[in-house]
Amino acid sequence: MNGPIVRLTYVALLLVGALVVMTTYWQTWAAPALANRQDNAIKRVAEFSIDRGVIVSTSPFRRLARNVQRKTGERTLYFRRYPQGELAAHVVGYSTVGRSRTGLERSLNDYLTSSNANLSTLVDKALDELRGKPVVGNDVVLSLDLEAQAVALEELGTRCGAVVALDPRTGKVKVMVSSPSFDPNLVENRFGELSRITADCTPASPLLNRAAAGLLVPGSTFKVITASAALESKKYKPESSFDDPGYCTVYGKRVNNFDTSRPFGTIDLEEALVNSVNSVFCNIGLKLGAKRILDQAKRFGFYELLPLETPEDELRASGLYRAGKLYYPKADSDVDAGRMAFGQERMLVTPLQMAMVAGAIGAGGRLLEPQVVDRIVSPEGKRIQQQRPRLIRQAVSRSTAEAVAQMMRFAVERGTGTAARISGYSIGGKTGTGETGVPGANTTWFIAFAAPDDESPADLAIAVVLQNQSGTGGETAAPIARSVMEAILGSTENP
Amino acid sequence: MTARGRELFGLVVASVIAGLALASVTMARSAEISADALTYAVLFLALYVAAHIVVRRTAPYADGALLPVTAALTGIGLAVNYRLDADDARRQALWVLIGVVVLAATLILLRHDYRVLESYRYLFGIAAVLLLFLPAVPGLGERVNGVRLWVHVGPLQFQPGELAKIFLILFLAGYLREKREVLAQGRLKEFGPLLAIWGAAMLVIVQTADLGSALLNFGIFLAMLYVATGRGLFVAAGLGLFVGGATLLYQALDRVQERVTIWLHPWTDERVYCALNGKLELRQDCASYQLVKSLYSIANGGYAGTGLGEGTFTTTDGTELIPHLRTDFIYSAIAQEIGLVGSAALILLYMLFIVRGMRVALRADDGFSKLLAAGLTFGFALQTFIIVGGVLRIVPLTGITLPFVSYGGSSIVANFLLLAGLLLVSHRANVPRSP
Repeated sequence: MNGPIVRLTYVALLLVGALVVMTTYWQTWAAPALANRQDNAIKRVAEFSIDRGVIVSTSPFRRLARNVQRKTGERTLYFRRYPQGELAAHVVGYSTVGRSRTGLERSLNDYLTSSNANLSTLVDKALDELRGKPVVGNDVVLSLDLEAQAVALEELGTRCGAVVALDPRTGKVKVMVSSPSFDPNLVENRFGELSRITADCTPASPLLNRAAAGLLVPGSTFKVITASAALESKKYKPESSFDDPGYCTVYGKRVNNFDTSRPFGTIDLEEALVNSVNSVFCNIGLKLGAKRILDQAKRFGFYELLPLETPEDELRASGLYRAGKLYYPKADSDVDAGRMAFGQERMLVTPLQMAMVAGAIGAGGRLLEPQVVDRIVSPEGKRIQQQRPRLIRQAVSRSTAEAVAQMMRFAVERGTGTAARISGYSIGGKTGTGETGVPGANTTWFIAFAAPDDESPADLAIAVVLQNQSGTGGETAAPIARSVMEAILGSTENP
Repeated sequence: MTARGRELFGLVVASVIAGLALASVTMARSAEISADALTYAVLFLALYVAAHIVVRRTAPYADGALLPVTAALTGIGLAVNYRLDADDARRQALWVLIGVVVLAATLILLRHDYRVLESYRYLFGIAAVLLLFLPAVPGLGERVNGVRLWVHVGPLQFQPGELAKIFLILFLAGYLREKREVLAQGRLKEFGPLLAIWGAAMLVIVQTADLGSALLNFGIFLAMLYVATGRGLFVAAGLGLFVGGATLLYQALDRVQERVTIWLHPWTDERVYCALNGKLELRQDCASYQLVKSLYSIANGGYAGTGLGEGTFTTTDGTELIPHLRTDFIYSAIAQEIGLVGSAALILLYMLFIVRGMRVALRADDGFSKLLAAGLTFGFALQTFIIVGGVLRIVPLTGITLPFVSYGGSSIVANFLLLAGLLLVSHRANVPRSP
């Protein structure tokens, strides 16, 4: 019987040996993926014994997220407080026991809990644990301008909408506001109160970051992209002349201008953008075809998740949507290019995307990665990560960018965007009034860039959007853009 | 050094491990070193030294590694139980004490010749079957988690399955020793009683919905049949029958189906029907909640673990995150706190026990003893594999205990009986022959 016993021993050892193998698998190979799962309550609770890094802004210096210590039984736990309340709630997000995490609290969790894999930090952490000291996380410094952020939130008021402002030369995000906002301090224990937040839209969705994940009809702001595609195609120049009968004919049907009572007659491309003439862009769209315009849009960052530091599922890609899904046509004939060219036809965009379009036009065609984090600093004050400007691509040629920028400047000077004029600055902008099909419920836009003078590249780009408006973008959104831009430009003048 | 000398030395080492483990837990709790852990280690050592003296008197030639490994396993078990629930740990300590008494009593009772048990084989066989069906008896059995494992008699409650396992091994060792020659010839009519056992195993699943104990007992049966006959074909046929039977039961029993579904797909991206609250939920928030949380617990341990007493098992307000942590899921608590290094060491202890047990079977010189030792050892190994493998998602999760470590009196006592059996067989095998 000894032969079978020896073989049985091998079987028994093999079975139990498999336990070591699988323990190794779960504790090493699979551990990072499990740690990142949203329902991993063990990891989440375990991380409350870490003195989490704070999140701050520097202009002016404010703590956006800090810790309060609480002793529960044998251990010290660190709970989050958000001293600035709803001011930067969507960017910062929250870290709670009961409701997981959002925003930078989620995407930068590894840094904030100091569990980013790096030999020297791992050694420090192990030593701290041996000494019985709590693990201290890394601090995150944001590039947000909190004063401008406050102006934007106040200007939006009870209206649903968003403001994004960034420096197009570096991609640094200065303002990212979504309205209505929420107080992240309420999430842990008074979450119910958040569902009672009301605003001029239903549902109010205060937790949604409309600035980066709100998909909205771009309306005439999309004409900036169509104009860029037109110039890049070399088939058009700013002086190219069109005949405007007050409408354009698509598939035998009339598509009207915003105001059909005053057809412009013979008009060139530049004046068409300044006065936002639908028929002109409609005809350009029909001529160029949908795919050509969409390819230009792609160069501006459409159809991809923009690489902001917030979690990927709190970002949305801009583009054509069909049945809730991003859709790219296989053939030109699949899409009504005429209507798409002036921002209708199921084209949906995020405010962040439109701020980047305005920025690229203002900054010579260069599209930079948007960054809301400036740097990450270790507890000893060492810079672990310094965000440097990163070029995504040249969205349009320099000459195209300059030509479209000029058109946008005229639009502010004497066209639809006069409400955004700021003396002493060269402002270029484009209004938009996206029709949602419900009268008095338009999505109104203003996108703009600001430069010290006409020759310099822009140092500020902005997108303002409002939902459920009866007015136009020029009347509703442009004044907000001006206030926010003034707040930012004023604070950089007197540092 | 003699086997007894090695045993004593091993027990001292095991007591040091037990004391350090407890000290680590108390230090994590109060951040100060107390003398309690030292007192505990001394008491722990005293208990096992008492067992050692009994072994020295009754089975002086017994294997010297089995008792220290047992001591180390119970020591780790007590520390982890203490870390999870101090009151339960005190009860568990009492059970270890009772286990040692049972061990001593068994050794004293059977010190002359344990082989008298062979003549009671059918009694053991019937007792095993009765014990297995006991939880299904109305009024006695209790359904926990949809599985009938427990029996209540007045204030007492116990899991008869643990004892049934030992009885089954005793029956099989006697029965197979008697029939091994005719069975090895492969005549079909001799397989009647064996088919009856297979039928009984299937019935147990139907009655108690307890896949784990059916798998355990049937696995023991196949292993012993293989040792007795040396015919791999029987094992293959037996496995085929079991898989076939289990597949049929899978179709028929919702409970079994659910276990398998949880095993294969613990996470879902979309909400599925949740039987617990009748709503649509992600499976990780419902049926597989326990398994998934346990995997998170293991993963949180990493290489070195959080340290004994430093793991996370409750939310910040003290609510338990993993149900049944002290019994079925004790391994996921251990793996989090002592990490890969510690759990690998723990499993090595189990391997050591298995190797020594199988060595006892190899050295025994009569069929009954060989079958008994091999059966007891393989049962020990398979039980460890089924519960830890379930926690690690190698096999569907079933509710059986981790030998010597899980909280539970029936399990502790049954495993001390198992140890007594191995010590008795090894003593007999090692006794120097009188010329």
